[in-house]
Amino acid sequence: MYSQTEILKEPEINSSNSAEGELVINIGPQHPATHGVLHLVVTLNGETVKKVEPHLGYIHRSIEKMCESLSYRQFIYVTSRMDYLSAHVNNHACAMTVEKAMQIEVPTRAQYIRVIMDELTRIASHELWWGALAMDLGAFTPFFYAFRERETINDIMEQTCGARLTMNYMVPGGVMADIHPSFQQKVKDFIKLFKSNIDEYDELVTGSVIFQSRMKGVGCLSKEDAISYGCTGPVARGSGVHCDIRKIYPYEIYKQVEFNEIIETAGDSFSRYLVRIKEMKESIKIIEQLIDNIPEGDYQAKTKAVLKLPKGEFYTRVETARGELGVYIVSEGGTTPYRIKFRSPGFSNLSALDHMVRGSKIGDLMATMGTLDLVIPDIDR
Amino acid sequence: MQPLTKKVKQVERKPMTFLERLYLPEIFKGMAITFSHIFKKVPTVSYPEQTRPFAKVFRGLHVLNRDEEGREKCTACGLCALACPAEAITMEAAERVRGEENLYREERYAAKYEINMLRCIFCGLCEEACPKDAIYLSETFAPANYQRKGFIYGKEDLLIPNPLTQPEEYEKAKGERAPATQ
Repeated sequence: MYSQTEILKEPEINSSNSAEGELVINIGPQHPATHGVLHLVVTLNGETVKKVEPHLGYIHRSIEKMCESLSYRQFIYVTSRMDYLSAHVNNHACAMTVEKAMQIEVPTRAQYIRVIMDELTRIASHELWWGALAMDLGAFTPFFYAFRERETINDIMEQTCGARLTMNYMVPGGVMADIHPSFQQKVKDFIKLFKSNIDEYDELVTGSVIFQSRMKGVGCLSKEDAISYGCTGPVARGSGVHCDIRKIYPYEIYKQVEFNEIIETAGDSFSRYLVRIKEMKESIKIIEQLIDNIPEGDYQAKTKAVLKLPKGEFYTRVETARGELGVYIVSEGGTTPYRIKFRSPGFSNLSALDHMVRGSKIGDLMATMGTLDLVIPDIDR
Repeated sequence: MQPLTKKVKQVERKPMTFLERLYLPEIFKGMAITFSHIFKKVPTVSYPEQTRPFAKVFRGLHVLNRDEEGREKCTACGLCALACPAEAITMEAAERVRGEENLYREERYAAKYEINMLRCIFCGLCEEACPKDAIYLSETFAPANYQRKGFIYGKEDLLIPNPLTQPEEYEKAKGERAPATQ
């Protein structure tokens, strides 16, 4: 236990008793490489990183507390604002928790639509990450190519869900509206476009020797450390941890879909990069299996207008583009949750940053942070 | 606490050749790819000179609807304010008096109706909750403003023009999402 005076004590990092020759610099909260309002206090010795201390809370909106005053239909929409790049998956996790608690049977059609949307979101998220990573390393063009493809996904989302980024498409018991008549054709067109373009990505960035020498052997994270820091998603899979929720705790129709869990064992930035690039191809594989087989039927189960969860605790986890997202609801039997806790993937992944970059150069800090795929509103909530 | 390891499994990766270490061929290879894109179709739109159409279901700014006789549909029941996750909607109800039948469709109407567009998250729950089809989200985008108070939209901003007196403006503001008139 800390006493209050100890907590309120000035942090030592900015005081004068830092070691000889060490320099403390602030990266962020307004810095283009942190992709949001992340504040890193970096202790440097020359160009070598001695210590990285992330300061959080600049975009804390108390979403968890806000959810306590919202009904079970409403709180789903607020969670789009946590990890805005995989808004669908966040909504999906919340809707699934409510369904699990109320034992609502989701129609198969809705499950198919949900999974297709999830995978499209995953591709869009990885596309943005790919462009932003290349931009961190000084290559600006890939950013435009990534956004060009992402735009196609956004158009598909707009046509069916009504919004481009924060879709609000999931409701407890299914999806809000049926898919647009041209949805299947548009997704097929996108798959065709994407398959021809991903080779270009590989040629332009993955295969590039310049890129590889920035990435290989940088920001190493061993399997043991990835587990002890609680890393999930592509960060942990890049270190060889078997942690894909879609495989170990399959939800919705992931059981029936054939796809591979991508695991790289090197643990450096390049293997995390490869995991995400290959994951995009796996997502395409999942969509291809589902898109022609969407069954007929209802897109939404019949639910009561006012949802009341039974008394108890409920937990669901899903695989977002960044890792494992857990939704924990404590209900007292009313129309609003007593407590909600989100286990966000970005927070745990960021905590490993200090360990990964100690002793490396400051340029590698940016490269490593890029491969973590941080979304700051997800970390702060 | 056990010290954390930095054990990493070594992966066989061949060292770079002399040509690769020069980096020059790689630079030209990248240049060739980006150069070839000059001849491809332009995917961008020169906004604001050109605009792209929104999807029919796009959720933009709210519209308070009127019926075909130009009467306001809203009865100020407050269901939209109740459904709103962002608590953006406030309203005050009033009773219709004799002689106002051509203005309001039902006996109660909203004397004051405000939506704070800075709070609104454009989820469409108000539209779903409305029993009278009085509010819907059009495909108009939220415009910029100089002051924060300009984003609190009152009834005069939200209400659709009267179809009898201003038919042109009405058609323009109606959009494609409007529910069928009853």
